[in-house]
Amino acid sequence: MKSLFLLGLLLISTIIHAETTLDKIKRTNTVVMGVRESSGSLSYTIGNGKFVGYHVEICQNVLAAVQKQLGIKKLDIQYVPVTSQNRIPLMQNGTIDIECGSTTNNLARQNDVAFAVTTFVEEVRIAVKANSGITSIAQLNGKTVATTTGTTSVQTLRKHERAQKIDFKELFGKDHSDAFLLLESGRADAFVMDGAILAGNISRAKKPSDFKIVGEILSTEPIAIMLRKDDPTFKKAVDDKIIAMMKSGEIAKIWDKWFMQPIPPTNTKVGMLPNENTKAAWANPNTKPMEDYVAKK
Amino acid sequence: MNLDFTFFNSQVVTDFILKGLIFSIQLTLVAMIGGGFIGTILALMRISSKKWLSIPATIYIDTFRSIPLVMVILWFYLLIPLIIKHPVGVELSAFITYTIFQAAFYAEIMRAGITSVSRGQANAGYALGFTYSQCMRYIILPQAFRNMIPVLMTQTVVLFQDTSLVYAIGAYDLLKGFEIAGKNYNRPVETYLVAAIVYFVICFSLSKGARVVQKKLQIIR
Amino acid sequence: MLNNIFQWKIFLQDTGGGETYFHWLMTAWKWTLLVSGLGWIVAVFFGITIGIMRTLPNRFLKTIGNLWTDLFKNVPLLVQIFIWYHVIPTLFLSLRNVSSLTLVVFGLGFFTSSRISELVKAGIESLPKGQQQAGTALGLTPFQTYRYIIIPQTLRIIFPPLTSEAMSIIKNSSVAFAVSVSELTMFALQAGEETAKNIEMFFAVTVLYFISAYAVNHIAKFVENRMRIPGTQGSQR
Repeated sequence: MKSLFLLGLLLISTIIHAETTLDKIKRTNTVVMGVRESSGSLSYTIGNGKFVGYHVEICQNVLAAVQKQLGIKKLDIQYVPVTSQNRIPLMQNGTIDIECGSTTNNLARQNDVAFAVTTFVEEVRIAVKANSGITSIAQLNGKTVATTTGTTSVQTLRKHERAQKIDFKELFGKDHSDAFLLLESGRADAFVMDGAILAGNISRAKKPSDFKIVGEILSTEPIAIMLRKDDPTFKKAVDDKIIAMMKSGEIAKIWDKWFMQPIPPTNTKVGMLPNENTKAAWANPNTKPMEDYVAKK
Repeated sequence: MNLDFTFFNSQVVTDFILKGLIFSIQLTLVAMIGGGFIGTILALMRISSKKWLSIPATIYIDTFRSIPLVMVILWFYLLIPLIIKHPVGVELSAFITYTIFQAAFYAEIMRAGITSVSRGQANAGYALGFTYSQCMRYIILPQAFRNMIPVLMTQTVVLFQDTSLVYAIGAYDLLKGFEIAGKNYNRPVETYLVAAIVYFVICFSLSKGARVVQKKLQIIR
Repeated sequence: MLNNIFQWKIFLQDTGGGETYFHWLMTAWKWTLLVSGLGWIVAVFFGITIGIMRTLPNRFLKTIGNLWTDLFKNVPLLVQIFIWYHVIPTLFLSLRNVSSLTLVVFGLGFFTSSRISELVKAGIESLPKGQQQAGTALGLTPFQTYRYIIIPQTLRIIFPPLTSEAMSIIKNSSVAFAVSVSELTMFALQAGEETAKNIEMFFAVTVLYFISAYAVNHIAKFVENRMRIPGTQGSQR
């Protein structure tokens, strides 16, 4: 087992993708899109193997452009659901070619993968019960705060707790709907998470008016489509199309469709306008990592 | 507690649940048959007096019993493509992993079954001129198998429930069907309650079925 | 070479909370062992009691035992934990104050007890009927027969699969992450996300699970060799 393992890792480290992703797509007439099963409006499943969302639709547009560029008659798009634990290894080992989920572009990840231009800038916020009277993180002192295991919000909370000398009890849900349930059932006084996730969960709650998003922005994170590292031709093809969509206003329309209009499967509206950072990223396409956003503050 | 099951219509069942149910059943069957077969061989190897048989079997069994299935699933999924230089689908990866993994557990159950058979039985076999393999085939294994049917079935029920661990590689099983529906409709309590009932009905029927089989095969003592 | 593939230094990095990832990993391991250890005590106690109840002539006790086993065996552990944590406290509000640790220890213990009760029952039933009759013939009460004849032999027979259960509970203790107990699986998920070093984190956690379960296996093997019943297949070697 152990030797098998080491062999595998040796292969990971030495594997050289002799062919570019574009070559691979041209040769096989297939492309594998990594998608998420439940990442809010960005990427999720409506069942029966169908995946939709803001990033999924952007990717579908991108891949249509790639198909045109390569002159392929029929391009077969395979959807492979990934998790936040396996998305990077699966990109590295060639299982997926393009990941259209909710991956934060940060320096640590840039060592392992590449990112297309930022399509959405996420802001970590606080959701509370509307009648709780809580309006800022300082008021969470002595309260119970829920967040989701395996997200950067946990680290964000830890840092704020330390910096502002406040003390609260943390509860970790195993996924977003569990964490939201902690808030809904009154076990937690607040749920700290990406704004889009909060807005999505609130919109699908039994009584959305019971909840509201309050307080300062705790963290700002650029979210981008993930690609294999060191594959400039594919990255250029993807970036070109995304930038064209940003310039033509097409991306704003896709945003409107997934964040402002009723969406399946519940036909509820998330009701979230693009924030200033997101609009800035559309106006000046870039691949700045999360660390640059922190420095700007 | 106010529960809202209104979203749980036939559309949800066909779109989210059914696909998962089918995969869970397939995976259980493959791992049960494949794992049962390999497991019996491993059990025989492990109790063998020949060291070159017993040591590899012991290492195999102990290793897989010591690592959480979810980790094995993940490692296999990441490593198999690197070894065969070709990506494998999540389903195939799961079939291979579960068969290899379950074999270790069935092996230990069969070993318990074999060791519970009185040695006089084997001696009687030898006295009748049976070879070792005949003894095993006609005397020991049938009794071991009968003694252990309830435990084997428990393991199979466990296996059916453990198919949910394929979440680690993004495969889609029954529990995942419920979970995703719960997440994307934001009704986790309701979906988990339905999941509990569905699992109970399926697993309870399996256990009851096993008890009927066991009664029929029982050795009168 | 290994240092190039694995970036072990990551474990010395600060988590942002004033400790290193290695420190956190060790704390997480402690929680895994604590949850499994306490869960095992609950599981063995209920498992043996319920298993014996199911073999008794008393219909009432038998039914209770069967119900217990069916209920806890046939629903996936994660779902059971979810129900204990999210559903039952909304019906009985006082349960909301029960700590996550207590809850997961009993949840895990009850789940495992159903599996142990199956082993105990199968073990008792695999004994020749003559054993029980011999006890009666010797003038032992049913309690004494169980105490001195049936149970000791059963425990020895079911020892290998019982060891499997002890090893399984360590691995199953990972469900504790679902109720906010910061054990190994939660560590792997969280630290992997924070550091973008999922492979390293999962490898470390796999190794610790392996060491824990392997240690249990070896202790069990030692005990098993000590208490083999003479005259069965198991005593051949």
